[in-house]
Amino acid sequence: MMCERCEQRLANVFVTEIINDHKRSLHLCEQCAREIQLESHGFVPQLNLPVFFASLLGNEINLPSAEQPLADGDNKCENCGLTEKQFLKNGLLGCGACYEYFHARLEPVLRRVHGTTQHKGKVPGINKTYLKKIRKVEDLKTKLQEAVRNEDFEQATQLRDTIKELERKPEPEGG
Amino acid sequence: MAVKDTINNAFSCWMGDGPESDVVISSRVRVARNLVNLPFPHLLTSGKGEEVIKLVERAIEKESLKEKIGFLELIRLGELVPLERKILVEKHLISPDILKDYQRAAVVLRSDEIISLMVNEEDHLRIQCFLPGLQLHEARKLVDCLDGELEKTLPYAFDEKLGYLTTCPTNVGTGMRASLMVHLPGLVMVNQIKDMVTNVTKLGLTVRGLYGEGTEAYGNLFQLSNQVTLGKSEEDIITNLIFITRQIINQERIARQALFKERREQLEDRVGRAYGILKHAHVISSAEALRLLSDLRLGIVMQIIKNIPACLVMELILHTRPVFLVKITGKEMSSFIRDVYRAKLVREKLSQAEKI
Repeated sequence: MMCERCEQRLANVFVTEIINDHKRSLHLCEQCAREIQLESHGFVPQLNLPVFFASLLGNEINLPSAEQPLADGDNKCENCGLTEKQFLKNGLLGCGACYEYFHARLEPVLRRVHGTTQHKGKVPGINKTYLKKIRKVEDLKTKLQEAVRNEDFEQATQLRDTIKELERKPEPEGG
Repeated sequence: MAVKDTINNAFSCWMGDGPESDVVISSRVRVARNLVNLPFPHLLTSGKGEEVIKLVERAIEKESLKEKIGFLELIRLGELVPLERKILVEKHLISPDILKDYQRAAVVLRSDEIISLMVNEEDHLRIQCFLPGLQLHEARKLVDCLDGELEKTLPYAFDEKLGYLTTCPTNVGTGMRASLMVHLPGLVMVNQIKDMVTNVTKLGLTVRGLYGEGTEAYGNLFQLSNQVTLGKSEEDIITNLIFITRQIINQERIARQALFKERREQLEDRVGRAYGILKHAHVISSAEALRLLSDLRLGIVMQIIKNIPACLVMELILHTRPVFLVKITGKEMSSFIRDVYRAKLVREKLSQAEKI
C-alpha cells in the first residue's frame, strides 16, 4: 500500500488519531509520519488539560465518584444548565455561576492544583474598594493572631479595634 | 485591510530585537476574561456567540480605548479562508484550539500585532500582548491597559474569592499565562537541557519545545510559562518567571562561551556548515531547516556570522513552515515539492540580506 499523504513511498506506519471522539486512521510512510508530527503546532497540549482536570474532579477521595452525582437527580447549574455529569466528563464549566453550583467538587481540587483558593491578583475597577477592605481586614486578622501568640497584648488590642472599626464602616463612598 | 497585511507578511514585530534577545526571542502575556451572565463559549449557540462578538466590537470602538491602545480591527474567523486562519495560528495570534469552532470566533488585532484578542476561544476573551526580547512587565502593562478599558463596557465574571472566572478551572484567579520563547542551542549542545527542564518544572514553570513532540525541540526553541494562576498576584507570577529565566539565560551564555573557548573550531565549523547548506541547498525538509536555522542564529548572536540580522532567522523559521509555503506558491504540494520551494525561499532571502 502506498502512503496516503505523499502517494510516492510505501506506507509502513499506521497512525490513528482521536480528536473529540472523531477517529481517523492513516497509512503513512515513515517520512510523512514524522512530518505530520512536526506540523502539529507546539501549542497543542500533549494531554488535554481540562479532561485531565476532570479526572481529578471525579476522583476526589472524600467525595462520591463521577458516576454518583453529589445531589439527588440531575444536579445542574440553574443559570446555564450544565450538569454535573457534563462537567465531570470534560472539565469545563458553563458560566460564572457554575463555580457556586459545583463548589464542593471544585474546592478541594483547586486547593490541590494551586495550593490555595484565595485570589490575590488584579481586581476589576468596580470591585476594587470593597475588596481592598476585605483584604486589609484579613491581613490585620493574621497580624492579630501573631500578636496574641507573641503575647503582645497592647498591639493586639489596637489591631482588634482597627478591625472592628473597619468592619463596622458602611460600604465605602464610591471609587 | 490590516489583517490581510498580517497574513501576507511572515515578519511580526515580536521577531525584532529586544532586551536579552541573544537568548530570549519574545515575551507574551495572555489573560482570560469572561462576560457575566452569558454561557461560556463551548455552550454558546452561534447566535449567542455573535452577541459576544458584537459586544467586543462596540467596546473597541470607544474613544478612550482608541486613545490609549490605538485602532483595533475585528475579523470574524469565518470570513477568512482556512489557509489564512492557519497563518494566524503560525504567527501565534490565534491558538490552534480556536479553529475547532471558528464559526463563532473572532480575532481583534492592532496592526503591529503586538496586541491581539481572541473572542470565543475557550473563554469569551483572551487578551494577548507579544513583545520582542525579555519584556514581560511591559507586556503585562499593555494587557492591563486594554483590560482596564474593556472592563468599562464589558461586565466580567469575577468572584471575590476565586478571582476571574474561567471556563477551565485551571486558569481561575488571575487568568494569566505569561510565557517566554527562548533559544537554547548552547544548553542543548552541552547536554544540560534535560536537567534544566527538570529543575524549572520543580520551580513551578512549564517548559515545552515550540516545535516537535515531547522532549525533542526542533530549532532548540523552548517556551517557558507559569503553571499557577490562583493565589499569587500577576506581578509575583511574572517576577518569578523572570527570576528563573535569568538563571537560564546565564547558563545558556556560559555554555556558549565554554563552547567558543574550548571547541571553537567545531562551533565555527557547525555554524559555517549550516550557513553554507542554507545558502546553497536545493531540497530541504522542515526539520533540517529548523536545525540549521538554529545553528545560524547562534552564529549570528555570537558574531561568527556578521552580515545577517538575527531577526531574519525567526522570519525564515516562520516562512518555511508548510502553511506559509502553500500561501506563497498558492497551491497544495507534495512534501518533496515543498522541500524544493523551502530551499529556494531560504536561498533567496539569505542572498537578499547579504546585499543590504
